[in-house]
Amino acid sequence: MPKYTGSVRSVIIALAVTLLIVVVSNTAIGTTNISPVLTAKIIYMGLLECVQGTISWILSLIGIQFDGSTLFNSISPDRTWTDGQEKIIVGIRLPRVLLAALVGAALATAGCSMQGLLKNPLADPYIIGMSSGAALGAAIGFALLLPIQLISFIFATITIFVVYNISKVGGKVPVDTLLLAGIAISFFLSALTSFFLFFSESLHQIIYWMMGGFWNASWDKVKITLVIVFTGILLSYRHSWNLNVMLLGEEQAQSLGVNVESVKKQVLILSALITAAAVSVSGIIGFVGLIMPHIMRNIIGPDHRGLLPASTLMGAIFLVLSDTFARTFPTKAQAVLESNDIMLFQVILERVGSLQGVDLPVGIVTALFGAPFFVYLLRKRRKSLYA
Amino acid sequence: MLEVNGVIVKYGNRQILNQVNLRAEKGKFVGIIGPNGSGKTTLVKTINNIIKPNGGSITVDGRSLDTMSSVEIAKNIAMVSQVISINFEFTVEDVVLMGRTPYIKGAETHEDMEIVQDAMKKTKIIHLKDRFVTQLSGGELQKVIIARALAQDPKILLLDEPTSHLDITNQIDILNLVKDASRKGMLVIAVMHDLNLAAYYCDKIYLLRDGDVISSGTPDEVLTPSNIKTTYNIDVEVINNQITNSLYVIPRLEPLGKKTQLSQRDIMSTSA
Repeated sequence: MPKYTGSVRSVIIALAVTLLIVVVSNTAIGTTNISPVLTAKIIYMGLLECVQGTISWILSLIGIQFDGSTLFNSISPDRTWTDGQEKIIVGIRLPRVLLAALVGAALATAGCSMQGLLKNPLADPYIIGMSSGAALGAAIGFALLLPIQLISFIFATITIFVVYNISKVGGKVPVDTLLLAGIAISFFLSALTSFFLFFSESLHQIIYWMMGGFWNASWDKVKITLVIVFTGILLSYRHSWNLNVMLLGEEQAQSLGVNVESVKKQVLILSALITAAAVSVSGIIGFVGLIMPHIMRNIIGPDHRGLLPASTLMGAIFLVLSDTFARTFPTKAQAVLESNDIMLFQVILERVGSLQGVDLPVGIVTALFGAPFFVYLLRKRRKSLYA
Repeated sequence: MLEVNGVIVKYGNRQILNQVNLRAEKGKFVGIIGPNGSGKTTLVKTINNIIKPNGGSITVDGRSLDTMSSVEIAKNIAMVSQVISINFEFTVEDVVLMGRTPYIKGAETHEDMEIVQDAMKKTKIIHLKDRFVTQLSGGELQKVIIARALAQDPKILLLDEPTSHLDITNQIDILNLVKDASRKGMLVIAVMHDLNLAAYYCDKIYLLRDGDVISSGTPDEVLTPSNIKTTYNIDVEVINNQITNSLYVIPRLEPLGKKTQLSQRDIMSTSA
């Protein structure tokens, strides 16, 4: 039920436009020089092909042959780029940028929902143990050579299920109990992960994974994440008003006809799902889910009808920027990659175990920038951060 | 229209309400009084279905609360509880609009906004509508919460100690407002601490002690020295207040005469 005041709506529109610009311009950044305009053209072309493909696929389902190539050719840009450039943009950079945007959106939305739900300004998507669950899953996955994405997703989901059921007292889930149960389970799972690490031979891989990053982004990952995150975020928005009402107290919300326990359960499940989807492709990236909602709350206020979408967009923007910083940060391995020195490359590969050593983990970047900014906010507001 | 029949509420093994019966018609102002821990708040929360009774039944216009959805209950019953503060920067209008929650499907309509404006006018807070609720005084905030309850357009308005932390002006303001709502056909049920305000405003009073209704009826019938002695365990004098033409309960306190007056020296020595 959007009733945005003028300023809230314009902030959201501005953020959406910024996100678009950030995605295109950051796809243009990288070791091979491709201008932003050319990048935009290549992305636009890819998008057109995608749309054309989807339309003819849908039409073929209902038995109509559709050849829109004349129509689409008329609105396509001139092909002024090489196949190599297209491969770099569409095959390598774009999935990575999009994945970063999706994960940022997911973490910020989940963080915002959790802060509202738990009425706790310190809440983030990981607060009730999802990250520790995912990390344990990844550790087990690396050790037993299982698919990391799937198993960390499963572990994160199981964790939230366990925490929820531990906190359940007579059909209700008091938020304080939820928090404490989450912390207890978190510690337990972290201990298990450390135990695994101690005996594991894939120590490097697990630790790199836990620091978070997008070095192994692919279109497959983008697709899976897109489906879960997009649906999860849209469904979360449906609870905006109920989250507002619940901020004034659960009993009052109940008195106003809000089914508090059901809202709580749904918001928790949605946040858990999108967080698990994000963590399973990117590892544990801190601070996005904690800080983005705070920044937006400072700008547009506590009304979740505006706050949730604004946080989503801001999270996406921030993580794309952070990841660009991370992947362009000069590391030794990158220098090697660029020099095409295969020998040296293999030496590094052997030492690090995988290509993961190439980039600075983005989790380091978000925390390095995020933490001081959080402190700045804290000092600036003086009164409660949460108001 | 509201019937509470033999309602039992237990917290664990402790029984808070022992088969409470209450009957009230629309347009009445019903007071619930009794000492701390007598079950007053539990009773109103049970009527609001926030606490589910362990026995007995509650019906509104002949329909049991058990058969009603939480949205239906919210359309019939509104609750004003004691609000000390709200920590979120919602505007007054936002908070009053929250009263429309049971009616809003998708987006609020023009009609919803009109009802909200109307509720703010009735409670005389329309000038505050764009202010943040975090910046209001206790009295203003309580009026916002009452406006929210009025926007809910209920048949029954429950109030849990609505004025206990307010100054005398705000107390009278808010009780007049609520009395007005009851005159227009709403059933008001208010938990009250001030026996004299209860005597003045209430058409009917229920006196509770340890989860039992000790006495119920008009203020004259309930506020007797013996009833008050058995529930509150203090001796009182009940007189007819000529100014308000209602009962006035005066505790029989020992006059603070010479016997108990501290000498200057005593004060000096205790503070030292």
